[in-house]
Amino acid sequence: MSDTMNNDVLLVAEKLTKRFGGLAANQDVNLSLERGKLHALLGPNGAGKSTCINMLSGDLPPTEGRILYLGQDISRTSAAQRSQLGIGRSYQRTNIFPKFSVFENVRLAAQSRNQRAWKIFADAMNDKTAVDKAMAAIEEAGLTSRAQRIAGTLSHGEQRQLEIAMVLATDAQVLLLDEPLAGMGSDESHQMVELLLKLRPSRAILLVEHDMDAVFAVANTITVMVNGQVLESGSPEQIRASTQVQQAYLGHEEMLHV
Amino acid sequence: MDFYSFLIQVLNSVQYGLLLFLVASGLTLVFGIMGIINLAHGAFYMVGAYMAFALSSLTGNLFTAILLGIPLSLVFGAFLEWALFSHLYKRDHLEQVLLTYGLILIFEELRSLLVDDEVHGVAIPDVFSASIALNDTLSYPVYRLVISAVCIVLAIGLYFLIQRTRLGMMIRAGSHDRDMVQSLGININLIYRTVFALGVTLAAFAGMLAAPISSVFPGMGGGVLIISFVIVVIGGIGSVWGALFAALLVGFADTFGKVLLPDFAGAIVYVLMAAVLLWRPEGIFKKG
Amino acid sequence: MSKHIPLILKLIALGGLLAFPMADSPFYTELVAKTVLFGIFAMSLDLLVGFTGLVSLGHAAYFGIAAYTVALMTPKYEAASFWTTFPSAIGISAAAALVVGIFVLRTKGIYFIMVTLAFAQMVFYLFHDTALGGGSDGIYLNLKPDTTLFGGKPFDLDNPFHLYYLIIATLVVVYLFLKLLLRSPFGKVLVGIKSNEHRMKSMGYRTFGYKLAAFSIAGGLAGAAGYLYAVLFGFVTPELMSWHQSGNVLLMVILGGMGNLVGALLGALAFVAMQEVFSTWTKHWQLVMGSVIVLSVLFLPGGLSAVPRRLKAALTGGGEK
Repeated sequence: MSDTMNNDVLLVAEKLTKRFGGLAANQDVNLSLERGKLHALLGPNGAGKSTCINMLSGDLPPTEGRILYLGQDISRTSAAQRSQLGIGRSYQRTNIFPKFSVFENVRLAAQSRNQRAWKIFADAMNDKTAVDKAMAAIEEAGLTSRAQRIAGTLSHGEQRQLEIAMVLATDAQVLLLDEPLAGMGSDESHQMVELLLKLRPSRAILLVEHDMDAVFAVANTITVMVNGQVLESGSPEQIRASTQVQQAYLGHEEMLHV
Repeated sequence: MDFYSFLIQVLNSVQYGLLLFLVASGLTLVFGIMGIINLAHGAFYMVGAYMAFALSSLTGNLFTAILLGIPLSLVFGAFLEWALFSHLYKRDHLEQVLLTYGLILIFEELRSLLVDDEVHGVAIPDVFSASIALNDTLSYPVYRLVISAVCIVLAIGLYFLIQRTRLGMMIRAGSHDRDMVQSLGININLIYRTVFALGVTLAAFAGMLAAPISSVFPGMGGGVLIISFVIVVIGGIGSVWGALFAALLVGFADTFGKVLLPDFAGAIVYVLMAAVLLWRPEGIFKKG
Repeated sequence: MSKHIPLILKLIALGGLLAFPMADSPFYTELVAKTVLFGIFAMSLDLLVGFTGLVSLGHAAYFGIAAYTVALMTPKYEAASFWTTFPSAIGISAAAALVVGIFVLRTKGIYFIMVTLAFAQMVFYLFHDTALGGGSDGIYLNLKPDTTLFGGKPFDLDNPFHLYYLIIATLVVVYLFLKLLLRSPFGKVLVGIKSNEHRMKSMGYRTFGYKLAAFSIAGGLAGAAGYLYAVLFGFVTPELMSWHQSGNVLLMVILGGMGNLVGALLGALAFVAMQEVFSTWTKHWQLVMGSVIVLSVLFLPGGLSAVPRRLKAALTGGGEK
């Protein structure tokens, strides 16, 4: 894509609603993700952030509402189809192939872009496109020195980086990142923030995160959810100034004044 | 098919379906609550039938045989849970398949050693040996009606047990979260042992009831096991009412299949299962 | 050097198999042939259980379908052509697996185990109840397939040694086929599905198609074994597709350690050996077999294949729980 399309809106959620039985986990959620922008999703536990990201990624079908990718309705497509369109996601709980090497984890992700996957007699290691793409993604995520390690033996922070590398290897244009900083130490968090800033210009990112420092450091737009509904959406300054948000986070206001 | 022949087939379907329900309900409870796939469940049906055979030749009476057989089955089930199945809860399905497959081999050989490999009949108790005349030529055996009646009573009892009793409540809770129930101070091991013993006894009881009409023969457990799997797949794992519905469905499909399409009778219930899989891959009465 | 040891061991084993008929014991030659074809059967199942994570308890159906294919394609007083029956048997069992796969792969876990078993039972009843394949008695294959090709006869299946070498050749071909398959991008996807199917989907893989292809390929390879079985023993019965047969082949895969092609072969060897040894002790040899299985699950979590590793750990003092 050329730079002139940098501000294009890639993914839009319109009145997204998810009910489990009678309970509305998400109610009329509107979101818009643009290339070059990082959109953060905040809210207390149980606010419906994970449900929202699961609907956007295709892991959960919405009960009502629409999801548009480049203007096309993709509400009923599967997770695999959305990945092929260019929507990639990472998971809140590390979701990798723990027994494979770091390289194989990312190579599998890269291979998914390639119909050669159906060739049954070619050596997978001869698929240079996938191998190169995997190495590039590993480097971008800062894991080059760990490439041959077994993924399950990496530190927690490195496994989170691996998750990102796997998403990058699928050429995702939209990154849906579910708490990539969860459980990280401050050094690791710092590295991840650097990585997010590096990725931001060329992609559209949705970030679900509890770490306020990180969110205010990287977000262009912030949406705050409470009880499955959007409470407020706007620039970091607007959110910081919002009395509604402060009330919702009663007792946690100090977190918003960092 | 005239009305009375049709009626006989309907009664047979219901009787067969209800009997299968007894076996399948135990299977689905053990699947649903304990998360165990038990290939040896059909063997419990066989054990019940052979108990009816052995005990009724010993005591000369099927009633006494059943009265003795029920506590024996309960003890047998509790023992198996303690000795074997309690070690399987945290294992993967493959190991469960393996152990219970080994059990089938053991039960079949013990059956062969203790009894023999012949087919044996079991006498219907005299009180129920009569038939009800339907018209000049057709009649219906009282004993089959008795089987249906007993099964219906048991199904109702099971409903009350699960929906209305404290044990049933714990059973329902246990099926959701083992650790949570444990943390409430409920003895989950005891619940599992009870459920398993109950499942074994239901299957064995079905075998005892069926012995006079099906006779007892080697390998009789295998067929019942696979039909019970079909029932659980159609009804949905863990759903006792799904099992009841599916068992009756299978009872009708099999009975009428034998009359209408004798060559394909064996395959017909599997076609039914295939259709359900296309429509609702997790069973008609899938929970949640 | 040390990295060549497995290859050298495999070549020695192959040499042993090739030289075996020199021992001039028809009984043992047939027994080894039977073991090898069960090994092929077990390897085909291992593709599903050990590499794709699909625990099928109905794999004997495809073994049996291929056996019936050659029996039904052979006229009563005339030999059928090897060159048409062998590919047909493999093709038909693969096609059957493809159709069944469309149904069973809609399910997971315990459901999958039950449903594969149930479909195999359906096939069993089709042959057991209908006149199609001689009913419950099965049918004899009076004449082994004829290998005439372009007027010449490269080998003769009536010659036990030729048949033996055909079975060994099939083993080698199936082994190499699976090795290549598992090295390919396709194979990598299967192993990924076993490890974490959900993640594979979220990375854009339509896993159903891959699983279906694996199911069908495994069915076809089981068919190759079933064909050879029918030719070797000269008769087929519905028992070939009974659920005991499916259970036994699963047992072989587990005995050999899942996800290991040579292991599947060794599992078949262990199974046949146990069967032979126990059955000389007692007519009730299944009692011993069943007890061995139950005890090994209880006391050897991780399977028999984990024994060497555990022994090694114990000997070197390496603590393994």
